[in-house]
Amino acid sequence: MSLFKVLDIAGTGMSAQALRLNTTASNMANAETISSSTEQTYRARQPVFAATLNALGSENHGAGVQVRGIVESQAPLRRELNPAHPLADAEGYIYKPNVNMVEEMANMISASRSYQSNTEVAKTSKQLLLRTLSLGE
Amino acid sequence: MRFAMDKIMGLGQQALTIHSRRSEVLANNLANADTPGFKARDIDFQAALRQAKGETQGERLLTTNAHHIGSSGAAAGGIDGLIGELKFRTPSQPSLDGNTVDPLREKAAFMENALLYQTNLNFLSGKIKGIKSALKGE
Repeated sequence: MSLFKVLDIAGTGMSAQALRLNTTASNMANAETISSSTEQTYRARQPVFAATLNALGSENHGAGVQVRGIVESQAPLRRELNPAHPLADAEGYIYKPNVNMVEEMANMISASRSYQSNTEVAKTSKQLLLRTLSLGE
Repeated sequence: MRFAMDKIMGLGQQALTIHSRRSEVLANNLANADTPGFKARDIDFQAALRQAKGETQGERLLTTNAHHIGSSGAAAGGIDGLIGELKFRTPSQPSLDGNTVDPLREKAAFMENALLYQTNLNFLSGKIKGIKSALKGE
């Protein structure tokens, strides 16, 4: 019954978008996490999405979305001269994460909208299933 | 007298199957709205229904050797054979990451599909009710 599959697909979509919201939250929470070297500094994280394909078989429809992994942004870190800071290194520099707040906000809104459309899909197919069950009553 | 339930139901059941398959494809498009390089797909309902009625066989790849790959949908026969090949959507606004899903269009198509499914259900429901009252003979 493919309406059940719709629920599965919407589920994969929701979990992927929730993970995206999670990384965004983590990025925003750590936007001002200061450290004293480039290695220790937090870098913005983004999930990588990929379409799931059905196992080799007759069906050529996809089966939702999967998260391939999480990558760290390669953008340069913010280096500031602040010798008075307790975490400053020998040269008096502190390092701030490469989180771009504007980008993260846009990302968050996009993720929450996509999450919503997936929930709508799940809701609609649930209604359709229930109506199919009461066929002929 | 043979009670030909299939005949009474007509194309309703095939149409329901195609609609539920289509909702699967559209849900998949929506789930992949943010996947780079994903190409939105859809079912050609008219062609699928024509195939279900047995008017056309649908295009399929010729397999002359056991190792050849058949065209996925049509080769499977049965319910899968109803669908035929999925068609790729023509993007209205190309995006930089190669994704061709337009969430608004997909949502509209999904809603339309859900409504058509319900319409079909109503027709089938009416037919079942008719049979029921005929059987009761009140």
